[in-house]
Amino acid sequence: MAPARDRRTGFSRRRQYGAFLGYVLMVAGTLVGAVLLVVSTFDPPLFAAMRMAAASITAPVSSVLDAGVRGVASVPEAIGTWFRVHGENAELRAQLKRQQALLTRARIIAYDNWRLRGLLQLRDRGAEPVVTARLVSSTASSGRRFAILNAGRFQGVLPGMPVIGPTGIVGRVLETGPIAARVLLVTDPESLIPVRRTRDGLPAIAAGRGDGSVDIRSVNATNVRFAIGDMFVTSGTGGLYPPGVPVARVSANGIESATAIPFAAPDSLDFALVEKPFMPVPARPPAAATARP
Amino acid sequence: MVETVSYRPFAKALPPGRARALPWATVIAGSMVTAVPVVASLPLLPPFGLLMLLTWRLLARFALRPWAAAPLGLVDDLVSGQPLGSAMLLWSACFLVIDLIEQRLVFRDFWQDWLIAAGALAFCLVVGRLIAVPIGAHVDWAILAQVGISILLFPTSARLVAWIDRKRGTPA
Repeated sequence: MAPARDRRTGFSRRRQYGAFLGYVLMVAGTLVGAVLLVVSTFDPPLFAAMRMAAASITAPVSSVLDAGVRGVASVPEAIGTWFRVHGENAELRAQLKRQQALLTRARIIAYDNWRLRGLLQLRDRGAEPVVTARLVSSTASSGRRFAILNAGRFQGVLPGMPVIGPTGIVGRVLETGPIAARVLLVTDPESLIPVRRTRDGLPAIAAGRGDGSVDIRSVNATNVRFAIGDMFVTSGTGGLYPPGVPVARVSANGIESATAIPFAAPDSLDFALVEKPFMPVPARPPAAATARP
Repeated sequence: MVETVSYRPFAKALPPGRARALPWATVIAGSMVTAVPVVASLPLLPPFGLLMLLTWRLLARFALRPWAAAPLGLVDDLVSGQPLGSAMLLWSACFLVIDLIEQRLVFRDFWQDWLIAAGALAFCLVVGRLIAVPIGAHVDWAILAQVGISILLFPTSARLVAWIDRKRGTPA
């Protein structure tokens, strides 16, 4: 390709200054970018309003595309279930018969549980759902794992609210815009969730790895062994996530730390439930009397 | 009748305003590809905005002003999930380096353009990873794969940009 030189600006002062100003602005843009980067590194939520304004434009587009993709994808599924329906029916009848006894026992246990809790004067905090929405897109080109939820402040979504899918925890709301919110997924490298092992209640931390899995790290005990199949649920520590929501299952043996696969696969979610924080941040205590002699 | 002649020097070009806006629009559209309805668990989607920007810069250097990288990078930062300012800084740095290369390497062919674009893509993605993601995260293989995919997509984006550039004519 022949060289294209715009330095040869001729005798026109206007062109000369224009070309020069272009280069000055290029360097200035670089410097402004560096300054913004430093500022946003030290104060990440600072530009949330700008980001979420952009997300409020892209989220409706993503929602429509998402609905279209789901519509197309449901066609082969519908055909498949049409052919499978008889076999599935017989299978489900047999399963129902097998589980009748189990159900009776579970009912008795639930009743006992309710009675004993009443005796203990325990107060259960029920989950308070805020809104049911969909995760419509994500930051697929960045190393961070954020997803965009198609509900925002107008629907009552606020930063800090946990997002829960049908099979387990998805993440928590980080920033909200008018009709879109940004969700920090469980697998994000900066996500930490306090968990406990279902088997014995061993406390641990589920830290995102960035590659679709999480690291389970033991908190205070040493020489802890994690075995394949160990299941972890939220412990409720910290007051953000409600206790007892499934988080991940260990996929490789490990001592003190092990890799685990989250239960909720964000891409296959039908709906995500946004709930109120389990224990809201307590109000500030009233200021001490300032009048002093 | 099928149109077979693609070179039509006397065809009516786009009005200058739209011809100037078209490269900007394509780069912003590339950044907006992150709106596809996929919740990815690995960062494998190539940075289409950066790809379009580099292609415009290398194939049609006067299509974008020298300072265009910073505002376009700002738009990309708003939708990409990287900390605000990272694409602004890295994309402008790419423009500066390409300008320096252009002073020394005046006669380039497509392979050299591809090489320059590959270097710029790898630089932006790797430095972007170091800025945005903690060092201990396990995303390095995914980022390498993303760099590879992006580099292999350069010829395609070059064809696309050449096609758009031919359609829009020469801005007055």
